[in-house]
Amino acid sequence: MLVELFFQYLVAGLTYGTIYAVVGIGFNIIYNTTGIINFAQGEFVMLGGMTAVTLSRFLPLPAAIGGAVLAAMAAGALIEVTFIRWLSRPSVLRMIIITIGISILVREGALLAWGEGVRSLPYFTGDEMTSLSVRGVHVSPQVLWALATCLAVVLVLGAFFRFTLLGREMRACASNRVAASLCGIPTRNMVTLSFVLSAGIGALAGCVVSPITYTQYGMGAGLAIKGFTVAILGGLGNSPGAVAGGFILGVLESFSIWVMPTAYKDAISISLLLAILFLRPSGLFGDREAARLKEH
Amino acid sequence: MGRARYAQVAILVGVAVALQLLAQAGGKGFYLTQLTMTAYYTAAALGLCLFMGYAGQISLGQAGFFAVGGYTSAYLTTLDLTARRGEALVGLLARAQVLVARPDPYGGEALSVHPWAAFACAVALTLALAYAVGVPVLRLKGHYLAMATLGVGTIVYSVVLGTQRFGAADGLSGVPPFRLLPGVTVGGSAALRVQNYYVAWGLVAVSMLLFLNLVHSRVGRALRAIHGAEDAASAMGVHTARVKLHAFALSATMAAVAGVLLTHFNGGIGPSESSIMKSVRYVAIVAVGGMGSLWGTLAASAVLNFLSLRGTFGTLDDAVFAAVLILVMLFAPDGILAVDVRSALQALSRRARPSKGEV
Amino acid sequence: MMERTKTPMLASITALALAASAAPALADEPIKVGALLAVTGPASFLGAPEARTLEMLAEELNAQGGIGGRKIQLVVKDTGGSPEKAISFAKQLIDEEKVFAIVGPSTSGETMAVKSVAEEGRTILLSCAAAEVIVNPVARYVFKTPQKDSHAVVKIFQQMRKTGLTRIGVLTSNTGFGKAGKEQIEKLAPEHGIQIALNEVYDKAATDLTAEATKLKGANVQAVLNWSIEPAQSIVLKNVRQLGLAIPIFQSHGFANIQYVKAAGAAAEGVVFPAGRLIVADLLPDKDPQKPVLVSYKKAYEARYKEDVSAFGGHAWDAFQILARALREAGPDREKVRSTIETMRGFVGTAGTFDFSPADHNGLGIDAFEMLTVKDGKFAILGK
Repeated sequence: MLVELFFQYLVAGLTYGTIYAVVGIGFNIIYNTTGIINFAQGEFVMLGGMTAVTLSRFLPLPAAIGGAVLAAMAAGALIEVTFIRWLSRPSVLRMIIITIGISILVREGALLAWGEGVRSLPYFTGDEMTSLSVRGVHVSPQVLWALATCLAVVLVLGAFFRFTLLGREMRACASNRVAASLCGIPTRNMVTLSFVLSAGIGALAGCVVSPITYTQYGMGAGLAIKGFTVAILGGLGNSPGAVAGGFILGVLESFSIWVMPTAYKDAISISLLLAILFLRPSGLFGDREAARLKEH
Repeated sequence: MGRARYAQVAILVGVAVALQLLAQAGGKGFYLTQLTMTAYYTAAALGLCLFMGYAGQISLGQAGFFAVGGYTSAYLTTLDLTARRGEALVGLLARAQVLVARPDPYGGEALSVHPWAAFACAVALTLALAYAVGVPVLRLKGHYLAMATLGVGTIVYSVVLGTQRFGAADGLSGVPPFRLLPGVTVGGSAALRVQNYYVAWGLVAVSMLLFLNLVHSRVGRALRAIHGAEDAASAMGVHTARVKLHAFALSATMAAVAGVLLTHFNGGIGPSESSIMKSVRYVAIVAVGGMGSLWGTLAASAVLNFLSLRGTFGTLDDAVFAAVLILVMLFAPDGILAVDVRSALQALSRRARPSKGEV
Repeated sequence: MMERTKTPMLASITALALAASAAPALADEPIKVGALLAVTGPASFLGAPEARTLEMLAEELNAQGGIGGRKIQLVVKDTGGSPEKAISFAKQLIDEEKVFAIVGPSTSGETMAVKSVAEEGRTILLSCAAAEVIVNPVARYVFKTPQKDSHAVVKIFQQMRKTGLTRIGVLTSNTGFGKAGKEQIEKLAPEHGIQIALNEVYDKAATDLTAEATKLKGANVQAVLNWSIEPAQSIVLKNVRQLGLAIPIFQSHGFANIQYVKAAGAAAEGVVFPAGRLIVADLLPDKDPQKPVLVSYKKAYEARYKEDVSAFGGHAWDAFQILARALREAGPDREKVRSTIETMRGFVGTAGTFDFSPADHNGLGIDAFEMLTVKDGKFAILGK
């Protein structure tokens, strides 16, 4: 029984972890290309879920999800062009403040558009009660969908950055912007592209976890903090690190419930964040040197 | 030079008095309520301005310190230790007048901490917290510093929200009025409205004086040296770590003092005072006023908080703050007061096309 | 003779003339009713339907000519669920707008913050929040319209005993509603022979509660009591069922919103909970005294706003209609209206039939609740 419980908690931890991991990956993409921490990352997840629910009323599910991802990508591009493109060498403080402001505006816009109600997408396979049982441990099929999506995102992104011209241009931009522009890479467009990609991934995550949780206009802020924690935990800019970080945080939160009152679960993730920042800001898998250099 | 500062603060006091008399005369005495609350939020914003504007650091946790002050005072003054009167320590404190009797809502009597003692505890706790947290946090820079301070604020929020003793989601209410001096009481009843207005703006005036003097002193120069170039300042013999720490503690204490007084004015406090949104608002106000401008922060806080507390923005309250924040950050990063309209327009047309050499 | 009666007659004619010219001016002035509601923010699922209900009722009333020839002017303030805003707006409504009465606030924390403000300002406050402390100790001007939590808990425990369930796991959310419920549950469990084997508080903004559900599984309970008023309660339902736990699940009256049923989908089948009769209005027997009132509110609200009624909007309906009835009976005099409300008996509202008294400023008893369940994704009356 104890072993069963242990694995059940583990699965719960992986469920939370997937959600955090994908948000963390989104942070990393933008950070890598621009050095900006995008506080509005959580809002892309929310937009994806909300748009998909609206579209699913007259489109089949896969088309609704596709449409939502495209819409979020368009939103990401719009945000970058309207707000970020204007700035020439902004200070860190200014960027943080602007992205916080953007996240609030997007949230309020969502409130106006969709109201305060909660919505969720239908489960991709099965319904709210189905679960697969493996030796007494129950997993909802939707969790497997989420895990699979996370894996797919990491693989596809990895391939994109490694093997495509566009991906390599973005990486060039990330390591040395001036040199990249000297090579003829349109760095401004790379920035826009990073927002587009990040938004798309966030939206996809929002769609795939919407059946598990629910989607509501205000869900973005909490996710952003957790996603950022995870990104830092794995080393800022390191996407596989973010995935690992996501699962570590998720499992830690899950097991904390075993021993502590549930009410303090959030304090766990914050304490972890602070511990990382104080002891090892480059994260578990990050490069110490790179972290310090990126700061300036 | 010093004279100019005193003159400026005197003008502030004069404006405050004039506003009150005008309001009274025009039969609009009710404005004083929102003006009083605005003053306390302004005091907290001024503290943040010192830390963010002059020392050049980031803090997304100011609301956390405000709440630590407010909640400590609220908790201690709404305790009821009557059941434990027999205990030695309790008896001792009661005799020393640290614990006093006050009427409880059910018509009986409760034994709780004297507001002055609670105030002292609140300040002491905040200082301890600020120094304890400040040492590790202030070693960080940029994003990391921002997230660390955000983390501190969020922990305060989770603790007050999750703990039954602090009222959990409902917060604490029934906080008694705070008698500062014979004849001057901080409390919410209508009869005390005018004196509370003056206490609040008095706090602002005193803080302005304190901060203006600080900024123009050696300490202030040290702060600005750190803002400009921390390594250079350190090379010149400035104890950067210590100066940042003291600035952080001062900023936190300012917030806590404002928190205590506002809690007694409102008669209660809720977890919403420590939320991230509140911290963002303080940062927004400091940014709008101009990072290194105490007067700018005061003006921005007075206007924005007053309008918000009167519900002028209605349902779009948060959105308005966000929009103002973005607009200022995009077009007037040095604050509203520092805007030079002509060069701003020129910059606008320039930004539409990337210039040569810009990457 | 003529001389003596001339002056008094002249005086009375003048007086009448003045009164006649003054009266229309008075009659034109609207009666201001303030509202402190959490229309946006973390308690928006309470405040938004409440605001919509009030707007609808005010318009209907004004279309019929108002009360005593005077229209109702609604002044709604969005507090976003924060007590400090509630205090600021309450003082604004009382001192500046000089409203006749205030409906709201939506949450217990805000209500407690403004209770003394309303009392000092001698303004009637009809709160839509549930906490017991709002009306205990009784403040002369403060009333509340939602039912008592203790009654809901007792009804649940009675149902549990009826079906032989004694060992339960309790999950409550970390909000005022959850906290109040937790207190009542812990207090009343022993006298009803209910053993609480697990007692956990979960975050209202949680996105997945599988770990809490796992803890529940490990505690070997016969039933689950999930007490919350937020959307996260639906996640508990899903997670519990996904873990293969087929035990009965009981919810609080905070479940009385079809959105929550939809969010939980198939996992909501068979859930049992106490609630006011509004959400099953159409299923009530015709002779039920509440039916006409409930059906008409439901029809009007759903036609106008294209969404299902919830019990939360109903609390605002009760508050407004109680105020309206008192105004009709006593006229626009604060003290008279206050004592009229205080002595009102047999008022048929959405949450139940109200019997106020100077010691009871809530007026609802245990029969305000009906035990309901979920069948085929819709609310149904338990046992029918």
